[in-house]
Amino acid sequence: MDELDIQINNLERALLLINHQEAEDIIMKAAAAGSPAKVASELIAKTLQRIGESWENGSLALSQVYMSSLICEEIIDKVFPASEYVHTDMPKIAIAVFEDHHLLGKRIVVSTLRASGYPIIDLGGGLGTDELVTIVQREKIEVLLLSVLMLHSALRIKDLTTRLAGSGVKVVVGGAPFRFDETLWETVGATACGKDTTDALLIVKDLMKGVK
Amino acid sequence: MTPMQRVLTALSHKEPDRVPLFLLTTMHGAKELGMSIKEYFSDAENVARGQIILQKKYRSDCYYPFFYAPIEIEACGGEVIYSEDGPPNSGTPFIRNPEHILSLELPKVNDAKVLHKVLQAIQLLKAVAKDEIPIIGVVMSPFSLPVLQMGFEKYLEIMHFRPDLFNRLMEVNQAFCIDWANAQLQAGATAICYFDPVSSSSMITRQQYLETGFRVAKHTLAQIKGPTATHFASGNCLPISDLLPQTGTAVAGVSTMEDIAGLKKAFANKLTVLGNLNGIEMCRWTVEQTSAIVKEVVQKAAPGGGFILADNHGEIPFQAPDEVLLAISETINRFGKYPIVNG
Repeated sequence: MDELDIQINNLERALLLINHQEAEDIIMKAAAAGSPAKVASELIAKTLQRIGESWENGSLALSQVYMSSLICEEIIDKVFPASEYVHTDMPKIAIAVFEDHHLLGKRIVVSTLRASGYPIIDLGGGLGTDELVTIVQREKIEVLLLSVLMLHSALRIKDLTTRLAGSGVKVVVGGAPFRFDETLWETVGATACGKDTTDALLIVKDLMKGVK
Repeated sequence: MTPMQRVLTALSHKEPDRVPLFLLTTMHGAKELGMSIKEYFSDAENVARGQIILQKKYRSDCYYPFFYAPIEIEACGGEVIYSEDGPPNSGTPFIRNPEHILSLELPKVNDAKVLHKVLQAIQLLKAVAKDEIPIIGVVMSPFSLPVLQMGFEKYLEIMHFRPDLFNRLMEVNQAFCIDWANAQLQAGATAICYFDPVSSSSMITRQQYLETGFRVAKHTLAQIKGPTATHFASGNCLPISDLLPQTGTAVAGVSTMEDIAGLKKAFANKLTVLGNLNGIEMCRWTVEQTSAIVKEVVQKAAPGGGFILADNHGEIPFQAPDEVLLAISETINRFGKYPIVNG
């Protein structure tokens, strides 16, 4: 087991115990030996990815995924200036909850990506097609992550992807309906589907490769 | 057998004439009556008429006068957003500052007019059902209601860091839930479905459940004056299967994400399993697929009784087509007869 694996194990344990101070100590120690950017994109991203995978396979609960991402986001915000760990070679990514006010899924993805050094614009919840098309065009968003809770909202994403067709904007969807029907993301014309934070991190890393 | 006899036999872990079917359609009543979802749920008579039509059409073994999940939020003055093709949804949570929990008061059912239409629908159905068709009332558990009251993320934070606020919220919600459940039983409901998705193992750990949702369920269910079924609304529950019977519930509404044979084994002779058809996928099933899936679930879970076929969420989506719902009914009537024959 190499040093990074040991650090990941330690950070994972601290996060699952909701031990904020121990998690901060582990992150600070890792940063002293490396750099804030490396800590974000390796230690934190890989730890949160592992926690996300454990939720996906049923061995952890969503509350643990949320608290872990929140703690990491708080620590990294507190201890490092953004310029030292945030990737700059990224497409412009935004996230919204589509036609709903249940914000937990979006919040987890935002915290996970930010703590891992990936900048993301949080557009909030309760947004429909017209508002999102306007925002995407005005803000020149290149990747739009959408979280939904209900099936009828998920199906209406088709209107949005149709309106954005040809613009080059990538629409990535996630949320309960897409977990229960693995073909639904294609039906609604999305570019990709993220079932959990692990997927979100992998999709964003892939997008970054496309830019480089 | 009448639907009531069929269901009671299954609940006593014996084999009735055929597998009971709880086809939990709600919004489909609006389609039957040719009206919008908003208009349909505005009047108890619509819902009662809709349920009577749906029960006959699909040969379901219950009436399900569930209006919509945020009706309890509406009773507290919160916002409900209607849709043309989906269930009414809650708007922005009305507890914006967690400190407000300290002074939070919820209404008595008697004073909450919006809940009276549910009670009236139950009364209308009771007059038709007599004691032959079970009527299933619905409450949101005190432990899960805060997701709609304040948002899930803030709720998780007070659960972890503010036990004073958490305990106060549970106290207020428990009193409301017990009052609401007992009012539905008094109006004629046969049993209460206690929706508790936050207690599911997809949401919180077993240890958290023991310290929170389990304790709340045990206290609340003990004061509901009728039988209860706990539903996790698509969430997993196998890791807490040994604890659920201790809450006093008789039924577990289970997820399609967990193996139904494993669930049946875990709950054997303790709880009846309700589930676990995938309500989302159901919207694109063919008739042949539907029949094959229903047969598979029945063969895995029905032998010995203690099983009711239903969707896994507790509400069939508006988009689930008629031919699929009819195929579920047809398959259960043809292949759900006891003794269950394999193949």
